[in-house]
Amino acid sequence: MARLAVPLALFAAWWAATASGIVKSYQLASPHDVLRELLDLARSGLLWRDLGASTERVAAGFAIALAVALILGALVGGSRAAERALDPTLQAIRAVPSLAWVPLILLWLGIGETAKIALVAIGAFFPIYVALVSGIRGVDRKLVEVARIFGLSRFALVARVLVPATLPQLLVGARIGLTQAWLFLVAAELLAATNGLGFLLTDGQQTSRTDEILVAIVLFALCGKLSESAMRLLERRLVGWTDTAPA
Amino acid sequence: MDRHGAGVTRAARIRGLRKAYGTHLVFDGLDLDVARGERVAILGASGCGKSTVLRCIAGLERADAGTVSTAGEIGLVFQEPRLFPWLDVERNVAFPARTGAERARVASVLALVGLAHAAKRLPKQLSGGMAQRAALARALVREPELLLLDEPFAALDALRRIELRAAVREILALTRASAILVTHDVEDAFALADRIVVLGGSPAEVVYAARADGANRSDVLRALGVGGGGAHAREARGASA
Repeated sequence: MARLAVPLALFAAWWAATASGIVKSYQLASPHDVLRELLDLARSGLLWRDLGASTERVAAGFAIALAVALILGALVGGSRAAERALDPTLQAIRAVPSLAWVPLILLWLGIGETAKIALVAIGAFFPIYVALVSGIRGVDRKLVEVARIFGLSRFALVARVLVPATLPQLLVGARIGLTQAWLFLVAAELLAATNGLGFLLTDGQQTSRTDEILVAIVLFALCGKLSESAMRLLERRLVGWTDTAPA
Repeated sequence: MDRHGAGVTRAARIRGLRKAYGTHLVFDGLDLDVARGERVAILGASGCGKSTVLRCIAGLERADAGTVSTAGEIGLVFQEPRLFPWLDVERNVAFPARTGAERARVASVLALVGLAHAAKRLPKQLSGGMAQRAALARALVREPELLLLDEPFAALDALRRIELRAAVREILALTRASAILVTHDVEDAFALADRIVVLGGSPAEVVYAARADGANRSDVLRALGVGGGGAHAREARGASA
């Protein structure tokens, strides 16, 4: 119950402020208006179109980021030569605030789906890459020695020791990457989109519909929370053996 | 460094072993033989190089010169259990198993070390003593010719230490494996070994060697450089532990 106290108080304040007329509806829509807008969007099918479009972009961008991060992270984490060749460049690119790539991406890829997915992928890539490299670096040398004592082949060492030992860090990186993916999706859809949750935001702004904006914000919160919970569930299932996980 | 069979009579044979870390010469020209079925304790002060000998035998360190030959499969128990945290006890013990016969032995070695009831537990759910028992079971599952024990009780409290020492003594009596025990504890050596070797000096060399049943504690302690036995020596040994 204690966890719900603050959200309920905020909700009550929102309701009171709009119902009493202290705050005008063009400044902040009432809870009732937001709910009606949500139901209208759901009935017209626009809600599902926008949710679907945004989810697809996040899924595609995240999948690309994950694949590239796995390849580059394994290379850099597993080979000193690859680290010397690649890591300085990647660290330099990482130092650029990722949204600074937006103009270049728009010039290169136009304002279509590719540009949006590319932006989401850039946002999701670095947390996964950094976590994987540090995970591989941080594998307990003592466990690797145990594997050597038993004469494991290089492949068996990777499959039976390095992969499971790295998995907890990788999953944390993937969870942060997924959060970043939603963040970058908003940026991508605010710039140029004809559908998606970000489109609801810009549409609401242009038509001064705060109820529409709030619906989009609530949906973003739900999607972010849902995907984070899914990742945490995956962590509990796959790496429940870590010291920090409940026994 | 050569690695080849030690012959029918020896479990391990070391000749002229030399190892240096940078300019620090750990030992040079070290010789050691372990007969089949024999249990040898290597005693020495912390940092004298006794663990390095074991690591050279196990192939974890490359010696700069000399030969190490061993008769067959080697099992190694480290100071820490080094269990794989993502595997339960049973799977940790089964980790080195290559054949069906070795996998079939998992249950019996678990029973041997007294962990049959804890087979499904994760390492984080084990006490220090139980974890070390699991590590011992893992080292036994391939039925090694030579068991290397590197300070296996050092991380345990006094009571667990005595318990596990007794358990290892029983287990060694049941297996035909030869063993090399590296320890700084004279009691470990007398409880478990047929022969006691003391390493000392820098670079380290064998400063004392005797059959355990013929050795006396004060000679061993003197070789370790902790005085002439009695209460004072025990205190000094306790302090170094």
